Amino acid sequence: MKMTRFIIVALLVFATGLMLPKVVSNPYYFYAGYVVLQYVVIATGWNILGGYAGYTNFGSSAFFGAGAYMAAFLFKALGVSIFVQILGACVVGMLLGLATGYLTLRIQGVYFAIATVALVIVLETLVHNTEYLGGASGMTHLADPAPAWFGGQTQYVFCIMLGLAVAAVVLARWIEVSWIGRGFRAIRASEPAAEASGVPTLKLKLLACALSGGVMAAAGAPYPTYTSYLDPVSAFSLLIGLNALAMPLIGGTRSWLGPVIGAVLLASVQQLATVTISSEFNILAVGLVLIAFVVAAPEGLLGLRFRSRAA
Amino acid sequence: MVVLDLVLNALATGLMLGSIYALLALGLAITFGILHIPNVAHPAIVIAGAYAVVMTNRYGVDPVLAAVLWMIPFYMLGILFYEFYARSFESRGGGNTLQSLTLFFGASLVIEVALVVAYGTDLRSVSVGYVGSSLRLGFVAIPYRFLIPALITPVVVFLLWLYLTRTNVGLAIRAVAHDERAVSVSGVNPAAIKRHAFGIATALAVIAGAALVITGPIDPFAGRIHIGRVFAVVVLAGMGTIPGTLAAGIIIGIAESLVMSFMSPSWAPGVAFAILLATLALKPTGLFGAGR
Amino acid sequence: MRLTRRHFTKLGVAASAGLAAPAIWTKGSFAQSDKIRVGCSASLTGPLSGTKNMVIGYELWRDDVNAAGGLLGKEVELIVYDDQSSPSNAPAIYSKLVDVDQVDFLFTPYGANLTATIMPFAQQRDRFIVGILTLASNDKLKHDKFFQAAPWGPDGATNWARGFFDIAERDGVKKMAILAADTEFSKTAAEGGRRVSEEMGMEVVDFQMYPPTNRDFSAILRNIKAAEPEAVFVCSYPADSTAILRGIQEIGLNDSVRLFGGGMVGPQYASLMENLGPALNGVVNFHLYVPEPTLKFEGIENFLSRYEPIAKQQQVDPLGFYIPPFTYAAGQLISAAVEATGSIDQAEVSQWLHANPVETVVGQINFDEIGNWTERRVLMVQFQGVDDSGLDQFRQAGKEVVIDPADYASGELIPFADARKA
Repeated sequence: MKMTRFIIVALLVFATGLMLPKVVSNPYYFYAGYVVLQYVVIATGWNILGGYAGYTNFGSSAFFGAGAYMAAFLFKALGVSIFVQILGACVVGMLLGLATGYLTLRIQGVYFAIATVALVIVLETLVHNTEYLGGASGMTHLADPAPAWFGGQTQYVFCIMLGLAVAAVVLARWIEVSWIGRGFRAIRASEPAAEASGVPTLKLKLLACALSGGVMAAAGAPYPTYTSYLDPVSAFSLLIGLNALAMPLIGGTRSWLGPVIGAVLLASVQQLATVTISSEFNILAVGLVLIAFVVAAPEGLLGLRFRSRAA
Repeated sequence: MVVLDLVLNALATGLMLGSIYALLALGLAITFGILHIPNVAHPAIVIAGAYAVVMTNRYGVDPVLAAVLWMIPFYMLGILFYEFYARSFESRGGGNTLQSLTLFFGASLVIEVALVVAYGTDLRSVSVGYVGSSLRLGFVAIPYRFLIPALITPVVVFLLWLYLTRTNVGLAIRAVAHDERAVSVSGVNPAAIKRHAFGIATALAVIAGAALVITGPIDPFAGRIHIGRVFAVVVLAGMGTIPGTLAAGIIIGIAESLVMSFMSPSWAPGVAFAILLATLALKPTGLFGAGR
Repeated sequence: MRLTRRHFTKLGVAASAGLAAPAIWTKGSFAQSDKIRVGCSASLTGPLSGTKNMVIGYELWRDDVNAAGGLLGKEVELIVYDDQSSPSNAPAIYSKLVDVDQVDFLFTPYGANLTATIMPFAQQRDRFIVGILTLASNDKLKHDKFFQAAPWGPDGATNWARGFFDIAERDGVKKMAILAADTEFSKTAAEGGRRVSEEMGMEVVDFQMYPPTNRDFSAILRNIKAAEPEAVFVCSYPADSTAILRGIQEIGLNDSVRLFGGGMVGPQYASLMENLGPALNGVVNFHLYVPEPTLKFEGIENFLSRYEPIAKQQQVDPLGFYIPPFTYAAGQLISAAVEATGSIDQAEVSQWLHANPVETVVGQINFDEIGNWTERRVLMVQFQGVDDSGLDQFRQAGKEVVIDPADYASGELIPFADARKA
């Protein structure tokens, strides 16, 4: 599919989504749908660095949390609209991505993953000690009422998150087919070889960090509006980091579709399990699914498909 | 005088905390540092070990003794676990970072739930005579609750170091880490050696679990707060250096303790990771590690 | 790239099928109105899972109501979901409860953090909701259908632990030290404590916060000792409460300290009480219920005796003094109001509760206009004469003596140092 056609289809999906508040009357599906879409954005953002360039980011919640806190800060200090909040979050995420990239220039693999975990805890400690952001107690975030057209705050943030998801997927797809994506793949295959054959690995790595960070931070921006409350423990939760890497892993990391499938599948199952199984077996199920996928389908669902076609 | 008092006490506390951190990280220093397996489940295994110790302690068995007894079953479990890992990964040339991290994370979730199902979610602790009293040296007071676990670490580190540098199997473990193919050429089965090393790492988790539960009560999710810190210790030490792990643990412990005494306790959790980030940025091989 | 496009179409089809479904389900669930549904989330897993014994309180209430023929002749159904102790899960769960399960009444999740995410929702939807030990959740919103099950009293946010300071004032304390975990519950209490001390003319000689993950209190206790306070107000969580009490055993406190405790969470939990034993002696700490002769409410003993075997089987807190009586009472609020009004209308039930007292297993409750108890009945109890003999001692009166409020007092305060020597 050509890029322009892809964008048209993506816009159609978004337009259809905008109609949903008029069609679906039950708000619950927007609550659950929001979470699923949030993970589509996170997983897609993660995959730009983790899938295309092969750098495993274990600290996605650092970016998510930074985005969420930036949005809450902008709202509290200046009362700006949610779009400005998202923009601000995006900028912070990209800067944070750049900083991470610079700090970790010399390391790869598990070391990079550990550095990103450290980033989460450093940021969390920072927020803990910032009185203005509510410290450890968290802050209440009562957003302005949503435009009447959407019929409710949740429908509104759902549509915004859908817009972010569409934008993130288009970005990912564009990266995939452009020279940037080829550069990323070269880095993943072998960084020294790429460097030797003239690929600007350093610049590309920083670019991947920044783009990935910006997208994941954008995913965090509407979160305070969604929960009307923000606390450091859930904003920097380890589980966000786990989901961010598990979803592309389940879907497949090589193309834009993998994270989307993985996020839709895993997040829906988690939402469903929360309101059906609803006990410790919920966590057990997640654990076992992760193990099963790593063992049985290491290249994700898409990988399985390609493998079976090749065979 | 008051400042000196505080500094000395902070140093003593940091020294012990650090020693306990090192014990927690020791298993990981083998799995991650030597075998290059990012075993994120290690803290969860430590907690499982702690529960084993708590259950044995109910019959009046001393926690440290209980831990030593439990080492053998945990060694076996470690071997089984490694076998599972190897069959899923090593056969296709080793899993990548993403896959192994996810696998071990899944495993730690399973361990947590297993503990919840078996023992509930209440806080558990051990009862030993020396908890609640302390050793006084001048104006430094050292709680036995920290002193005993802290003293275990140097002993374990020394034994482990002897084992790895003075025995054939130990040398083989280090050789496997260094160059697997060369080892297999020399007639040693690298898979068996790795399995053995993983078993030892798992067995060490019980000792760490005993140390942790002597210092204070635990619940099934108590491992989560240690995941970052144990990796910090191993990386700061430099991959695979066993005495280095002790030193790195102590550095982090003392840094945290000083921050707690002289800045504010609420900054302390960030200290280990600020040190870690700095290490990774400036000297990725760690303080005591050789170049990779 | 035909493959990609096919995928896209398929996804689209799947998505639209999935989105069409809710319209059908929603209609379906309206049909069953032969039951009265009551729903909430509870922290069955994660860091707060120590509170999951609260569900036993709900279940016993449901069973009692149904055994007596239900409410208005309808069976009561209880729906509990696991929020995994995470605020991010609560909004979707409560929307599921209200929009899909069509519950008639709600309880909040445990505690203020989780509840903060659903209070705006409850207000927007104008739902009746009972707060479960959430502190100050309704202070800003002033939702007129919120009722607090726990006896924090009016101005709970800053004043719930005031009893500790009343004792301090009566005892002539002039120098107060405050030590608190850096979390919502503790921090608000600590700030409130600082204000109250200053009002009462006490000097706050030391004010320290620590991260909730802290387990070593040597440095902190040394700072307290250096400040030589007469009373120490502590706001902590279970694991750190244990570490603090161990630290006092190990490092000691000045003999000048006459009063210690106040807002420690943990010494209410059986597992810690059993483990700490004599280390608890002298601590004056808040509690919500203790088996003292001054607190013999209708039905509480029967409730606890039925709670015990269930708790044992589920491996949760075997005493159950702290939370379960209040979740049972939360249910009683609903049944009392529904039966009195003969209606399940949210507004009618709420109006009735605002206007009438309710008899529960935790005593008579009167509500003010934002749904707090009009009376602050947070108990300050002192551990006295605790020995190593295990849990059973706490089931008798005399081990946790009520010092404040005066109306419920069941014994005299013993200065901290003396109580520990005994």
